[in-house]
Amino acid sequence: MSTTTNTSTHVGTDDHRRVSFAHAVGVVARREIVTRVRSKGFLVPTLIMLGILLLLAVVGPSVASMIAGSDDTIAVTVQTQDALPEDGYEPMVVGSEQEVRDAVLAGDAEAGLIPGPAPLGLTVIGEREAPTSLIQGLSVSPEVELIGTDAADPMALYFIGLGFGLVFFMSAMMFGMTMAQSVVEEKQTRIVEILLSTISTRALLTGKILGNTVLAFAQVVAYAAVALIGLAVNGGRLNLDGLGLPIVWFVGLFLLGFVMIAALYGAAASLVSRQEDIGTSTTPVTMMVMFPYFAIIALSSNPTALHVLSYIPFSAPVSVPMRVFTGDATWWQNSVSVLILAASVVVALWFAAMVYERSILRTGKALTWREVLR
Amino acid sequence: MISVVDLNRSFGTAHVLKDLSFDIAPGRMTGFVGGNGAGKTTTMRIILGVLEADSGQVLHDGKPITAGYRAHIGYMPEERGLYPKMSTIDQLVFLGDLHGRDRRETRTRGMELLERLGLAERATSPVEELSLGNQQRAQIAAALIHDPVALILDEPFSGLDPVAVDVTLEVLRDVADAGAPVLFSSHQLDLVERLCDELVIIAAGEVRASGTRAELLATADPVWELEADADTGWVRGMGVRVEEFDGGHVRFGADSEEQAQAVLAEAMTRGVVHRFGPVTHSLHDIFKETLA
Repeated sequence: MSTTTNTSTHVGTDDHRRVSFAHAVGVVARREIVTRVRSKGFLVPTLIMLGILLLLAVVGPSVASMIAGSDDTIAVTVQTQDALPEDGYEPMVVGSEQEVRDAVLAGDAEAGLIPGPAPLGLTVIGEREAPTSLIQGLSVSPEVELIGTDAADPMALYFIGLGFGLVFFMSAMMFGMTMAQSVVEEKQTRIVEILLSTISTRALLTGKILGNTVLAFAQVVAYAAVALIGLAVNGGRLNLDGLGLPIVWFVGLFLLGFVMIAALYGAAASLVSRQEDIGTSTTPVTMMVMFPYFAIIALSSNPTALHVLSYIPFSAPVSVPMRVFTGDATWWQNSVSVLILAASVVVALWFAAMVYERSILRTGKALTWREVLR
Repeated sequence: MISVVDLNRSFGTAHVLKDLSFDIAPGRMTGFVGGNGAGKTTTMRIILGVLEADSGQVLHDGKPITAGYRAHIGYMPEERGLYPKMSTIDQLVFLGDLHGRDRRETRTRGMELLERLGLAERATSPVEELSLGNQQRAQIAAALIHDPVALILDEPFSGLDPVAVDVTLEVLRDVADAGAPVLFSSHQLDLVERLCDELVIIAAGEVRASGTRAELLATADPVWELEADADTGWVRGMGVRVEEFDGGHVRFGADSEEQAQAVLAEAMTRGVVHRFGPVTHSLHDIFKETLA
C-alpha cells in the first residue's frame, strides 16, 4: 500500500503545467530552422545564389572593365600624339604618316591618327573600319547641361525594382512553400496530434512562422549584405549611389511582409492533408505574392502607380524602397506604408490563427475556405 | 484516476459515442476493446483534447482535466506520426524539449529507451527509412520520452512481432507500476487477455462491459461440459439449458452447482463418465457475448 501510494504521489505531484508559450514557440522554431538548414534543398541553392551575387557585385564590374579596358593601340606621329585621348588608348609613336599606315595595315595598331584637314586637323586611319569610340572621343560635341539632377535613371530604377521584386518574390515563394509543406507534413503524419496534446495550437503556429521568418530574413540579409559589399568595393564604377538606404528599407519591410505571407501560407496549407493538395490551396496566397513582382515590372516608370503600390501591403516591401531611391517618398508617406503593412501583419496573424486552429486537426478531404470560415 | 463521463460525439449524422463512461485507474493497465468503428479512437482523441466532445467530461481525480495534465500524458495516435526525415533520436529530443525537458538528459534517456526497445542501432536513421515494426517502436519511445504521468495508446501492439510485444509490454508495465493510469486499445483479444488488469469493452459507442478480467468472467453464465460413453440426450429432461449436444458430449448451462452435480450423478448411473467440469470462458466468448 505504502509503495503504491508513494509512487502515485510522485506521479501526482508532478508539476502538471504546460511549458510556457515562449518555450514552446522557441522549440518549434528551432526545429524548423535546424531541419531546413540541414537539408540539401536549402543550403546548396542559397550558397550558389550567394556566390553568384558576390561574383556579380564584387568581381563583375572589374572583370567587365578589364575586358573592355584592354587598351587599343593607336599609331600616332609626333604631331598627333597629343590629340589622342588618354583614357583607354595606348599610343604607338612612329616617324611618319606612311609608317602609321603601315602599322595599321600590319595589324600592329587598331587605328592610326595623322594630321588632316580643318576644322579638327586630324585624320583617323583604319584598316576596314575605325573604332567608333575613338571617333567619338575626337569629335566635338555640344555642351550638355542636365537640370533634373535628382531624377533617377529610369533603367536603373527598372533594374532596382526588378531586383527587389525578384528577391521578395523568390524568398516569399520559397519560404512560404516551406512553411506550407511543414504544416501539411505535420497534418499528414498526424504528429500534429502529439504536438497539440502537448502545446497550444497558437504556440505551434507561431513557432513555425517565427522559424521560417528567421530563415527567410537571414537569407535576404545575406543577399543584401553581399550586394552592399559589392557596391562598397566598386564604389564609383557603378552609378548606383544612394542604393544603400533603399536596401535597408527593403530588408525591414521584407521582415514585416514575410511574417504576413508565412502566416497566410500556414493558414492555406492547414486546409489540406496531403502534400499534393498544397498547390491548389495556396494558389490565392501565391497570387498575392506574385502581384508586386509583376506590378513593379509593368509600372516601374510610373511614379503615381508606385505611390499607390506603396500603400498595398503585398507590394509595399518592393515599392517603398524604390520610392526611397527615386526620392519621391516623403517620410510621412513611408510611415503610412509601414503602418498599413504592420496592421496587415496583425490581421493576417489573427486570421491565420483562426483558420489553423479550426482546420489543423480535421484530416481527410481538403477543406474549403467556406467550411472553415463558417 | 482518469474518468470519462457521459461522452457524446457525433460526426454528421453518425452518433459515434453515446453517454460513454468509464475509469482508467492509476497503476493499472486498462484494455480498451471493441470492433472496428466502435468509438475507441474517438474516445482517446477526446481524452487527449485533440477532438472535442459534443457533451460530457474528461476528469482527472474528479476534476476537469487540464491542458497541463494532458501535456504530460504519453500519447500514441491511431495513425502513426513522426517527422519522416528526422532521425528517431532527434525527434525524441525535440519532443522532450517541447515538454520542457533538458535536451542533453533527454538524449541520454532517449538512447536508453531505444536500447530497451531494441532500436538503438537505428537511432540516427531517418524514421522514413525504418521498417514498419521499427517505426512502431519509435512511436512508442515518443510516447514515453517525457516520463508521462499517464499513457493513452491506440493499438500499440499492431505490427509488432511477439518479441517486440513482450519488450513493449514490459516497458508499459513499468509505467503502470510507477502509478500511472495506462489505457491501450486493441482488437487482438489474446493479447489484451494476457496484458491488461482491467477491461472496457465498447460497441457502437457504448460501454458493454467493464471491470477486471475475473469480474467479467464471473458475469458470464456458468456452463458445464459432460462427456460420457452413452448418448446424453436425456440431459434435456434435467431442467438445464443445453447449449451443445453431440452424442456422448453435452454442454449445458445450469443455475447452480447443485443442479450441475445432479446431472453428473445421473450420468454416472447411466454409464461411464469420461469428463465433467465447468467450462472456462475466454475473453473471446465474453467479447462475442457482449457484442451479440
